[in-house]
Amino acid sequence: MIVKDSRVLLEVKDLRAAIGGREILKGMNLTVRAGEIHAIMGPNGSGKSTFSKVLAGHPTYEVTGGTVTFEGKDLFALPPEERARAGIFLGFQYPVEIPGVANTQFLRLAYNTVQGARGKDELDPLEFDDFVRERMKLLEMDPGFLDRSVNEGFSGGEKKRNEILQMALLEPVLSLLDETDSGLDIDALRIVARGVNTLIHKDNACVLVTHYQRLLNYIRPDYVHVMESGRIIKTGDPSLALELESRGYDWVSEEFRSRAAA
Amino acid sequence: MSSVLQNLIDQPYQAGFVTDIESDTAPRGLSEDVIRMISAKKEEPQWLLDFRLEAYRHWLKMAEPAWPNVSYPKIDFQDIIYYSAPKPKKKLSMDEVDPELLRTFEKLGVPMNERAALAGVAVDVIFDSVSVATTYKQKLADVGIIFCSISEAVREHPELVRKYLGSVVPTGDNYYAALNSAVFTDGSFCYIPKGVKCPMELSTYFRINTQDSGQFERTLIVAEEGAWVSYLEGCTAPKFDTNQLHAAVVELVALDDAEIKYSTVQNWYAGDANGVGGIYNFVTKRALCRGARSKVSWTQVETGSAITWKYPSCVLLGDDSVGEFYSVALTNHKQQADTGTKMIHIGRNTKSRIISKGISAGESNNSYRGLVRVGPKAEGARNFSQCDSLLIGERCGAHTFPYIQVQNPHAKVEHEATTSKIGEDQLFYFQSRGIDVEQAVSVIINGFVKDVFTQLPMEFAVEATKLLGLKLEGSVG
Repeated sequence: MIVKDSRVLLEVKDLRAAIGGREILKGMNLTVRAGEIHAIMGPNGSGKSTFSKVLAGHPTYEVTGGTVTFEGKDLFALPPEERARAGIFLGFQYPVEIPGVANTQFLRLAYNTVQGARGKDELDPLEFDDFVRERMKLLEMDPGFLDRSVNEGFSGGEKKRNEILQMALLEPVLSLLDETDSGLDIDALRIVARGVNTLIHKDNACVLVTHYQRLLNYIRPDYVHVMESGRIIKTGDPSLALELESRGYDWVSEEFRSRAAA
Repeated sequence: MSSVLQNLIDQPYQAGFVTDIESDTAPRGLSEDVIRMISAKKEEPQWLLDFRLEAYRHWLKMAEPAWPNVSYPKIDFQDIIYYSAPKPKKKLSMDEVDPELLRTFEKLGVPMNERAALAGVAVDVIFDSVSVATTYKQKLADVGIIFCSISEAVREHPELVRKYLGSVVPTGDNYYAALNSAVFTDGSFCYIPKGVKCPMELSTYFRINTQDSGQFERTLIVAEEGAWVSYLEGCTAPKFDTNQLHAAVVELVALDDAEIKYSTVQNWYAGDANGVGGIYNFVTKRALCRGARSKVSWTQVETGSAITWKYPSCVLLGDDSVGEFYSVALTNHKQQADTGTKMIHIGRNTKSRIISKGISAGESNNSYRGLVRVGPKAEGARNFSQCDSLLIGERCGAHTFPYIQVQNPHAKVEHEATTSKIGEDQLFYFQSRGIDVEQAVSVIINGFVKDVFTQLPMEFAVEATKLLGLKLEGSVG
């Protein structure tokens, strides 16, 4: 929801980032205020996943220019774990498997680490068990997930639900959801979307990175941005997503080029 | 990332110091005369001298094994001191033990009298080849258990030692076992009589002290019918630049319905980050499940030594006997480990289980080598083996050499193996949830080894967990 003059959470200015010397982000600009949901769309290779990973601090990417402030602080001054503790959450497109580490152990460690950083109480295993089971209901997850190794042998949909479960536990200030809809059947998509809708409120914000308009039927964004070649070339309201669905991306690209030429 | 991993590994050895105690030392080198001197110093009976000389003559005809997946400069066996003992004193009680020695143990975090009293652990302390203190002997003696140094056992219980010594690992078994049989100076002896369940964990701390002295322990554990014992072996060594050879032999004998659980945490000096110094740990450990329904379980956590060459094995002779091997071997920097087990199924319905977890970091090389052999009469034999390797960083190696020989058509042998790597993406996943890299590595490693650590006695498991963390500090980055 757009709340006029609400607090700026994220300010991205002329962000540039490279992988292996090849520049992927070429001047990203984005402002996210509390209460807002932004959708970033664009064709494959436009840099949308890179953008979310760079914000979270993935070590493969090198920031080559620009600034990002998060709640007024320089985001790039913080290592990835401190960004997470400060309230940045990345929902992974391909959540990694961690054999031998029980999901419940991982979730509790993450929860307690972030709680500790916020000066809040940590939970012992029994208290945490009650807490996490309650949150799992939101995502219609079987408690059996707690005893399995993190993401190991999970289906695509189960992995994505586990991501949103982590979002529900960590209560981030800014959630970056990278292609959360990919690999989900329609029922799972609805459950995940309901989870996200429940978790977003006036004091936090969400950036949805998505390839398809489908997700936006369930999570209604305030802004839709189109990326191409490492930057945002068009911003609009939710109707833009529907237009992209029916017309594709080419017309946006052409419009941008003619505007640039003019 | 590799620099964070790297920093975790670069932790100096925390048990590096030399204790100044007067030694009574043999001249360098090995000959029949040196063996006679060792035997005479220890006032041994003729049969034991004969045992040593027979082993020595075998050894002279043998060649150092070349098949392990390790490399090191040739050892000059004539440059080793084969006997080194603290100056003999009258029979010691606890408060007569050299205070310098006690301080050494304190530095290592082993305040033995308190530890023994608090934890209910009987500690047979080996300090440079000669046993200097034995505790809790009386409590054990009350139930008929003998737990003493092997030298003392030779004096006090010669018939038992003579009956079982070399019965599992013969004098000519292999190069290092033959060497040990010729020159062993001390070690532990444990005898659990028929039907007795040992009331406490038996624990021995080994420690090499004199520079350049080879260390050749000999351990013999016998569990009579229906007996049960859990034995803990843990070790640390002071920091030296020259390599030290450590060639121990451990023999276990389990009669009908007896059970022996043997747990090791090995943290000998591993050499520095450049591979200079460190212990050569060439050990022969073997159990004979002689009786029906007997069971031997080996659990080892190998984190130290420049080179580890070690295959704790079970010969499953008795019908329905069971052998188990649980291993965590961690190598870092330039360490090399070639370790595993042998399960020899001879009796009917014998079962064995192998769980091996190798962790390689730095530029180290870690090999699992295991043999499962099922003899023609081992009707109904079963084996399950699982060998997992975990790599940390780009420059280390993990290898698996499983040998399976089955001569019985009804045997069932299963082998599973995996190799994985702590990847940048796994670490980033933890980080993106607020968890730093060091903790992430520790959680991943603990998850990787948990099937083995659950086999350790509790206080050992706690120490071993800390040890793994310490050994890997600086290895992730």
